[in-house]
Amino acid sequence: MTDVELSLDACIKCNICVSYCPPAKVTDLFPGPKYAGPQAQRFRSPRGPSPDASVDYCSGCRVCNLVCPAGVRIAELNAKARARMYRDRGGVPLRNRLLGRSELLGRLAHPVAPLANYLLHNPISRWLADAWLGIDRRAPLPRFSLHTFPGPVRSKWSPASNPRRRVVYFHGCATRYYEPWIGRAAVAVLERNGMEVVIPPQNCCSLPMLSNGEFDAARRYYDGNLRTLAPLAEAGCEIVGTSTSCTLTLKEEAPDLLEADSDAGRLVAASTSDICEYLVRLHEAGALDTAFRPLELSVLYHAPCQLNAHRVGHPAADLMRLIPGLTVIESEHPCCGIAGTYGLKKEKYAIGMAVGQPLFDRVQQSGARLSVCDSETCRWQIVHGTGLPSVHPIEILAWSYGLGEPLAIRKG
Amino acid sequence: MQRLETDVLVIGGGSTGTGVARDAAMRGFRTVLVEKRDLTHGTTGRYHGLLHSGGRYVVKDPESAKECIAENRILRRIMPHSIEDTGGLFVITPWDDPAYGDQFRAACAACGVPCEEMPVAAALHLEPRLNPKIQRAFALPDGAADSFLATHANAESARAYGAEIRIYHEVTALLLRDGVVWGARIRDLVRDEEIEVEAAVIVNAAGAWAGRIARLAGCEVNVIPAKGVMVAMNHRLVNTVLNRCKLPADGDILVPIRTVCVIGTTDHKVPDPERYGIEPWEVTLLLEEGEKLVPGLAGARVLRAWAGVRPLYSEQATSDTRDVSRTYALLDHESRDAMRGFVTITGGKWTTYRQMAEVTLDAICRKLGVERPCRTHLEALPEPQEGKYYTLGAPLADIESAHHTAELLCECELVTQDRVERAVDAGAVTLDDVRRDVRLGMGPCQGGFCTYRAAGLLQERRKPDVRETNLALLDFLQERWKGLQAILWGAQLHQARLDELIYLGIMNADHLETGGRKSPLTDFYFQEDSGPPESQRAPAGRDPA
Repeated sequence: MTDVELSLDACIKCNICVSYCPPAKVTDLFPGPKYAGPQAQRFRSPRGPSPDASVDYCSGCRVCNLVCPAGVRIAELNAKARARMYRDRGGVPLRNRLLGRSELLGRLAHPVAPLANYLLHNPISRWLADAWLGIDRRAPLPRFSLHTFPGPVRSKWSPASNPRRRVVYFHGCATRYYEPWIGRAAVAVLERNGMEVVIPPQNCCSLPMLSNGEFDAARRYYDGNLRTLAPLAEAGCEIVGTSTSCTLTLKEEAPDLLEADSDAGRLVAASTSDICEYLVRLHEAGALDTAFRPLELSVLYHAPCQLNAHRVGHPAADLMRLIPGLTVIESEHPCCGIAGTYGLKKEKYAIGMAVGQPLFDRVQQSGARLSVCDSETCRWQIVHGTGLPSVHPIEILAWSYGLGEPLAIRKG
Repeated sequence: MQRLETDVLVIGGGSTGTGVARDAAMRGFRTVLVEKRDLTHGTTGRYHGLLHSGGRYVVKDPESAKECIAENRILRRIMPHSIEDTGGLFVITPWDDPAYGDQFRAACAACGVPCEEMPVAAALHLEPRLNPKIQRAFALPDGAADSFLATHANAESARAYGAEIRIYHEVTALLLRDGVVWGARIRDLVRDEEIEVEAAVIVNAAGAWAGRIARLAGCEVNVIPAKGVMVAMNHRLVNTVLNRCKLPADGDILVPIRTVCVIGTTDHKVPDPERYGIEPWEVTLLLEEGEKLVPGLAGARVLRAWAGVRPLYSEQATSDTRDVSRTYALLDHESRDAMRGFVTITGGKWTTYRQMAEVTLDAICRKLGVERPCRTHLEALPEPQEGKYYTLGAPLADIESAHHTAELLCECELVTQDRVERAVDAGAVTLDDVRRDVRLGMGPCQGGFCTYRAAGLLQERRKPDVRETNLALLDFLQERWKGLQAILWGAQLHQARLDELIYLGIMNADHLETGGRKSPLTDFYFQEDSGPPESQRAPAGRDPA
């Protein structure tokens, strides 16, 4: 039995997960983590058809895991049940397949980015996508970037260089196809701190597929990443990422959900950090360049649910507090409601927006000019919910190092 | 005093008693069944839920094996709704004698028990958690049975044929005249009334209490109450009944039943079927043995431990209960004790209950000089209205399709409010009766949450003096806690602590007004332990934690 399944033994039905669950607070369609997780799990048999329906309304935000005093892996139980449910009901719907394939979409669309953006974002297409696919026409879809990250392949890695100064950057699909400037900021900040940045070829981390119930496809992407990342980890490189969901997937989601327990997987997991987590460690070791230029502004920082799931505190906020003049207001809300691709789906859009509303209100009432958030989908959702720009914390750091103003500010 | 007249009076509302009542009613006898508590309150409701293929007895007790396989086939036909066809595996682990395998297979063939050896790899594929070190595996037609449902179905069928089933009716005296048992005096415990029943034949089907009933007629029946301890794990770790392929011993069966799996059992003589406890060493032993079948089992959460008392029958007193045959015995007290109108049916197993009823009624027909053939093996039992047998996913699927999550009263076992209401309205007296009907409080939290909700419902539906509802609540929680005392470590200790905090801290339930009364309807709570003989106690320091 896997750890995920066995973890239900720890549930004492204390109900904390229910009282903290963002979707359960705003909709009756999700009966809550205790019900869908450890309780329902006792009735799921490896034989016989999947009995589930409502578990699809779990957003996978993992707030339940975080508040559970006993360590029940509720979100993972739900993700597995959802995958099983789709498998038993004739497969994952086309919509979920599309949403799970950000990499494929990016690869197809970026050579014709302006056309793709036009095709994707005009009202007629949105209406069609809504009616045919079930992607809500109001949902915050990203725009393809003209340039991809890292652009022309660059890798300074040579086996002879010092592995202790070498760091592997996992950029993820969002940076590659939608927000290449975040990758550039990340590389600039790492290099500013004397690191040699290796950008190996990489796949989608597989999280969108895991959360959309396509475990078999996810396994191929995950294995692909292990093939390139494991040798680098073996050579002593740390792996950092700016997409907090990608790093979480490499750290634990993919090995746990896919029950892929391998030496390579364990090595990659142990070597992976969120970029801010990594920089905080550098700082603690006295190795971070703290010559930050003052930024006289106040920002609202939202720690996304996917970062909280790392259980590393709020390293982005800790780093930003090193910047003179910068006021960091923390959102203190657990989830923006988008939860990866959850809030894009027609039947869940309103739930996602209702989950995010207290956060949107907080952003708007804080008086901050912009919000800062580690997760791309959350930034898109916060912009959608507030109309204010949102940036990755690494952009703030790069800005303060004098390595360029965030694009959102320049545009703003 | 109320008086009743009937052809057959059955004493005992377990599987045997209800089986006898059904058979009697189907053969056209006026029939009354009395049970001092709720149906299945005794041994039937406390067994591990195994439908025997007979494999367990082929070597040592072939008579019992033949009975089991014959009845196994019949029960699958007449009560498919109370049986899950899990199939069974008999496996030779490194702790078992490899030579037993061939002997076992030959004995199966001799007893007519279907037995098919399967490659170890196939067995491991079927049951991935099975110990990979097993040397041989045999597939036999074991199954998992719900004795609550089956008994209710028998009672239901008996009623349909005109039988009267009276629960909470305790026999206080048998009425004798000139070597004839002509009737019984019975106390209705709920109404506190006496009833006199006159009967042509009285059937003593009181299970472990059969000796006591027989004594009321001055007959000596040597029923050995043999305690069997079982432990339910919070996971359904296996989907097939697992048996050790060896001579029957303690802790060698693992039965998947609904949401749990039950490791059983032990076998120790106790002096009194109502006074026994569960010792830590018994639980340790079961978990250690279970670990040999499914490595890691002992690390999973233990839900509850309980014990049932087998009615083993032996004409002679014996020291080792494992030596007593598991076959049944029909005692005709006319030929045996010169006491007419009185028979005792005892021994046997749940799997053979129907056959026991058949031979009992055959004997009664002979006695009464009538020829009425048995039909219980031909006619299917009605599907119980409440608490239908479910395959594992069914209750969840029902809740999911009906969106009834808000009405879950017992969350662990997914029992909705309307099901509890129906059980209350159908006449459940105590909350424990509701539990037997709908499985309320049988999940991980052991009534920590649902008891209060159910008590509220009981008050709302019945509107009794509130002190009675309070008493029902206290009784039920005490009964649940009884099953936790022997397993208080790990997750179940956390649970018990939370339940205790709710009970004491939030509900202040230990100060509920009960008018100083104790319920006459439930067991006494903390019974003295008879304990096993000193030689069988585990050495110190074998704490399961």
